[in-house]
Amino acid sequence: MIEDYKGILVIGEIYEGKIRPVTFQLITKARELADTLNTSLSTVLIGYNINDMAKEPIYYGADKVYVLDNKMFDPYIAEVYSAVLAKFIDQLKPEIVLIPATHTGREYGPRIAAALQTGMTADCTDLAIKNGRFIQIRPAYGGNIMGEIFTPNHRPQIATVRPNVFKARDPDTSRKGEIINSAPDLSGINIRTYIKDVVKTTVAGAKKIDEAKVIVSGGRGVGSKEGFELLKQLADLLGGAVGASRVAVDLGWMPKSAQVGQSGITVAPDLYIACGISGTIQHIVGMKDSKIIVAINKDPNAPIFNIADFGIVGDLNEVIPIFIDELKKVLNK
Amino acid sequence: MKILVLVKQVPDTSEVKFNENGVMIREGLQSILNMFDQFAVEEALRIREKYGGEVSVMTLAPEQAKSALQKCLALGADKAYHISDRAFGGSDTLATSYALSLAIKKVGDFDLIMAGNQATDGDTGHIGPQVAQFLGIPHVSYVEKIENVEGDKVLVKSLLEDGYRMIEVKLPALLACIPPPNFEYSNPSMMGIVKAKNKPYVWLKADDIDGDKSRFGLNGSPTRVMKMYPPPKRSRGEVFTGNYNEAVKKIIDVLKEKKVIS
Ligand SMILES: Cc1cc2nc3c(=O)[nH]c(=O)nc-3n(C[C@H](O)[C@H](O)[C@H](O)COP(=O)(O)OP(=O)(O)OC[C@H]3O[C@@H](n4cnc5c(N)ncnc54)[C@H](O)[C@@H]3O)c2cc1C
Ligand SMILES: Nc1ncnc2c1ncn2[C@@H]1O[C@H](COP(=O)(O)O)[C@@H](O)[C@H]1O
Repeated sequence: MIEDYKGILVIGEIYEGKIRPVTFQLITKARELADTLNTSLSTVLIGYNINDMAKEPIYYGADKVYVLDNKMFDPYIAEVYSAVLAKFIDQLKPEIVLIPATHTGREYGPRIAAALQTGMTADCTDLAIKNGRFIQIRPAYGGNIMGEIFTPNHRPQIATVRPNVFKARDPDTSRKGEIINSAPDLSGINIRTYIKDVVKTTVAGAKKIDEAKVIVSGGRGVGSKEGFELLKQLADLLGGAVGASRVAVDLGWMPKSAQVGQSGITVAPDLYIACGISGTIQHIVGMKDSKIIVAINKDPNAPIFNIADFGIVGDLNEVIPIFIDELKKVLNK
Repeated sequence: MKILVLVKQVPDTSEVKFNENGVMIREGLQSILNMFDQFAVEEALRIREKYGGEVSVMTLAPEQAKSALQKCLALGADKAYHISDRAFGGSDTLATSYALSLAIKKVGDFDLIMAGNQATDGDTGHIGPQVAQFLGIPHVSYVEKIENVEGDKVLVKSLLEDGYRMIEVKLPALLACIPPPNFEYSNPSMMGIVKAKNKPYVWLKADDIDGDKSRFGLNGSPTRVMKMYPPPKRSRGEVFTGNYNEAVKKIIDVLKEKKVIS
């Protein structure tokens, strides 16, 4: 009976010993949805030695935090997470489940929906309640169309939600909530996946584009690997990260982890500065939801100018140093 | 090594045109083999070359998707399975992966199943993981490379946002694949195209795969699309030429005003 399913559950992701920022973004949004539906909001954290983080979701709006702590949950493995979470969800019976649309969330998430034989919507960029219905909004056809999806007769309704489309609220450390240590059901789990190595391709200390509020991104126009140094100076001044078009990644100037676009990472920072990027559809779908877009390109007909709030027609090697100088003045650096 | 690659024909969304209301024109879009799937097929052929075996391809789609399977055969795949029946109309990802998993169980024991990490139309990335779930086998997504095969295990490189993991997975398993930077897609040779015509091409109907028919097609699909509309359009802003100092100052003023910098 679908009436038996109540409340919203956000699956919290732990990455490198910390709760991933997207978790707090989803909790913030889910709080709003829960208030509209007049229902409760829970978060489940899954990992190993994670008890000291359990309070944090409460600061962002969770009423209850379930902690599934077990050695088996570190490192993350899709078949383990999906099996344990499917059983947990089947017992809790939430009406809505939100999962971060990270690489990991998009890996284990769909298995949960199949295990529970329910509907799932991928990579949502917005969520809403309309006439009491949970509406999941997402792009399709390479970002050329938006669709509104709902799940009329199955529960739970599951969605993966893209990082950075919602803003996390400021944490309120005085908020109270309940922490529940759950014993995960490990019966029947058969591990056939073994993590042999984990390799970081980001430069140590460099900001990640999926978590940055400002991204300075470069394409073929940057001209060389060394050319990206200039972009990094600008990014550092703005407290941001350096991104890249696929061409810049293909040419080996930047790591794949910096690639913005259809076959890279989708970003939506407060500010996106595109330098020497032409603005093909595959790049644009990955950054068009940025709040402010600035483009620097020497070709006045570059399509990137059609979506930029501000464009400068010029050589990036001349324009960026001016940008840096002016910023230093303003920031008193 | 018996390998099956799941493939899908998709509209070529890099060539999309819009009508005057900003609505995407879907008619006349060229149909192509999903790029991620072509990569998976080529990776499967590479494995076959190295370790021997057979590569089959499978799609669940209307008849016109034949050209996508034919392309896979022309590239070198050995056998095609085309599941096509009115009963599957309106399938969402759950119904599609359920039907695919039944067909896979029906046609044979595969050691390795490969899929694209996502199809460029729906872009859900659900089918790979869900087929694996229905088959009760492990899977890895974002697979950029199959490093090697040793006995009943494969070692794969799987991308994270900030790096990658080397993962060993026991067969049978499913790998959802994503082309690496600079991947050069092959074009079928003339020879390949000619040979493809004589390769086994198996049609399957709903009756040919044993399963719960109420879980097929629209009836078996929990999700419903309520509405489709063009994405909010970004309009062309102010474009400066010459006098960079002035342009930069103006942009910085706005960034201050919008509190992007303080
Ligand atoms: C299936 C598929 C998936 C793809 N996925 C992605 C993706 O995820 N991300 C992505 O980015 N692309 C992706 N692409 C590739 C995409 O189609 C383009 O090839 C790519 O985005 C172009 O990169 P670019 O803008 O850096 O290079 P170009 O298109 O070559 O543009 C370079 C620009 O730099 C300008 N320029 C040159 N020198 C200077 C200078 N000194 N100062 C200022 N401007 C200068 C030029 O005027 C030009 O506009 C994908 C393609 C396919 C088919
Ligand atoms: N109808 C289908 N028939 C066969 N394989 C499919 C079908 N739909 C999706 N796939 C496979 O699943 C992958 C992911 O697709 P999707 O979940 O639709 O993004 C694709 O790249 C294909 O390998």
